[in-house]
Amino acid sequence: MSNVLLVAEHLNQSLKKSSLHALEAARQIASRSGGKVFGLVVGKGVGEVANELARHGVEVLVADDARVEHPLAEAWSKVVEKAAKEVSATYVVAASGSQSKDVLPRVAARLGAGMASDVIGFGGEGAEITFKRPMWAGSVIAEVEITTPVKVLTVRPTDFSAAQPGEAGQVRSLELPDLGTIRTHFVEFRQVKSERPPLTEARIVVSGGRGTRGDFSPVEALADQLGAAVGATRAAVDAGWVPNDLQVGQTGKTVAPDLYIALGISGAIQHVAGMKGSKVIVAINKDPDAPIFQIADYGLVGDLFQVVPELQKALTGK
Amino acid sequence: MKILCGVKRVEDPDQKIKVNPDGSWIALDGINYKPNPYDEIAVEEALRLKEAHGSGEVVVVSIGGEESVTEMRHAMAMGADRGILVKVSERVDSDAAARLLAKVVEREKPDLVILGRQAVDSDQGQTGQLLAEYLGWGQATFAAKFESLESEEEKAKKPGLQVQDGKVRVIREIDGGLEVLDVELPAVVTTELRLNHPRYASLPGIMKAKKKPVEELTPADLGVDVTPKVKIRKLSSPPERKAGIKVPDVATLVEKLRNEAKVI
Ligand SMILES: Cc1cc2nc3c(=O)[nH]c(=O)nc-3n(C[C@H](O)[C@H](O)[C@H](O)COP(=O)(O)OP(=O)(O)OC[C@H]3O[C@@H](n4cnc5c(N)ncnc54)[C@H](O)[C@@H]3O)c2cc1C
Ligand SMILES: Nc1ncnc2c1ncn2[C@@H]1O[C@H](COP(=O)(O)O)[C@@H](O)[C@H]1O
Repeated sequence: MSNVLLVAEHLNQSLKKSSLHALEAARQIASRSGGKVFGLVVGKGVGEVANELARHGVEVLVADDARVEHPLAEAWSKVVEKAAKEVSATYVVAASGSQSKDVLPRVAARLGAGMASDVIGFGGEGAEITFKRPMWAGSVIAEVEITTPVKVLTVRPTDFSAAQPGEAGQVRSLELPDLGTIRTHFVEFRQVKSERPPLTEARIVVSGGRGTRGDFSPVEALADQLGAAVGATRAAVDAGWVPNDLQVGQTGKTVAPDLYIALGISGAIQHVAGMKGSKVIVAINKDPDAPIFQIADYGLVGDLFQVVPELQKALTGK
Repeated sequence: MKILCGVKRVEDPDQKIKVNPDGSWIALDGINYKPNPYDEIAVEEALRLKEAHGSGEVVVVSIGGEESVTEMRHAMAMGADRGILVKVSERVDSDAAARLLAKVVEREKPDLVILGRQAVDSDQGQTGQLLAEYLGWGQATFAAKFESLESEEEKAKKPGLQVQDGKVRVIREIDGGLEVLDVELPAVVTTELRLNHPRYASLPGIMKAKKKPVEELTPADLGVDVTPKVKIRKLSSPPERKAGIKVPDVATLVEKLRNEAKVI
């Protein structure tokens, strides 16, 4: 029997949607290995998050304590290790958000486990599960085997559907292990506030690149008209035109909306790595040879500063 | 202040990577190599800290074949003081890299280790965190700064990391915003793209780098078993996205989105 521990990413008051996609991945593993899925919620005042996760049919362990209020990898890894041992987990799984990327490798080290990052699917037969993951910015898909008894994974939310609610599981509290000396100290968090839908959850994403020359107003206006999220390339973020949180790509967010509109974006492999799973891709670029046109369903050659206002007008006139 | 940086030799990210017909590895014909871009950022940051503190040493470590010395020489041409090559005949996974680095750290006793957030070949993004755990140190991943790469601070080559009173203050790019952590030294930091613009190697720098010492070690010297915990079975190409059509005008685009794609 190979149990699976799902480590939830959350926003203190609510579960991150990505955790439900990771739960689906955890379930797929459990159904092949014949084990059970357990959830783990760590933080302070996270009771409601635990309940929300439990409503999706999993038994949840919750470590609710002021000492683990901030997700410091040094401390959290000890909590996850304890939970993994308590539920005899063979697999420790989380969505590949920045928090899990920070914490889970330390968990792997503590458990003597091998770890695969950004898993997008499974291979192998029955309980012999292999893991598919992108390498070289998604130019290559590797099928890897983890040879250690315990295996740790982060999974890419866009490659798994969201788990549906089920018969509510139990919630029980997990006492903190001895955290020892923690050498990392939280100072502050400067949150990026936005009225727009979150990039990774939006049905439509409008992204801007260097072609905006720093003027993101057409990108934002079109996004608002469509109720879309705003995304960006590394070039736009590096220049300080938009917050880092909006970067789409190899080392930014991975998105898979119904519609992705790329404005003034060349289509570098590192950007494409984060959006090629979109259902429909529209590219507006003034260079007819821009690589983005090789992956766009609908390409329009033109100056975004002319095309976007026209597009906005055409969209109003139903 | 002594700083140790990882420098991994990777395929130049600007070229197209293709899988071999038998899926055993990528096609290596005509491939160029570079230091991992995040590692160049790590070296740049280490140099800025050394410059800001007026003294110190920057040591670069590479785990790889003999050819990895080229990437270390690049780092030394930027200004790093010396190199350590941990010579391996086959690629090691992130866990083995971390255990090898831990042994090097025990020998070198740096105040700070700066690695990249991920190596752009394997894209695992684990080594720094694993290393911190093996050493029992604190960590701060995804180091960046508040100011943009176009800012005056960046033009003045100010370090993004602030080392003071036995601690390093790190601004981290995480989901939802920027987090600030203080980590007691010695510590492990991993770099994000927006920590700095790495400097170019100058001609005198390149000349000087040729004479800088490079020590060679093996996993056996360090007593580390490098058998991978994560084994690559095979590689394949991702499904190709077909190019669609070019539309002549906005009216056609809107018509297609409404009636063909049905997404608006
Ligand atoms: C290690 C590493 C990691 C990276 N990670 C990422 C990542 O996560 N995400 C990411 O996006 N990039 C990433 N990059 C950078 C990536 O390689 C590209 O440099 C970047 O995506 C380019 O951004 P861009 O398309 O905005 O700019 P450019 O490549 O400069 O393209 C601008 C485009 O705008 C067009 N244009 C100009 N003016 C107009 C106009 N008026 N109207 C219409 N079109 C116009 C031009 O024709 C051009 O095609 C990474 C690179 C490295 C090395
Ligand atoms: N073979 C290696 N040689 C030197 N540094 C490495 C090596 N592998 C990993 N690193 C360091 O660890 C970082 C993260 O690598 P990874 O966890 O493999 O994505 C890299 O940016 C390097 O700084």
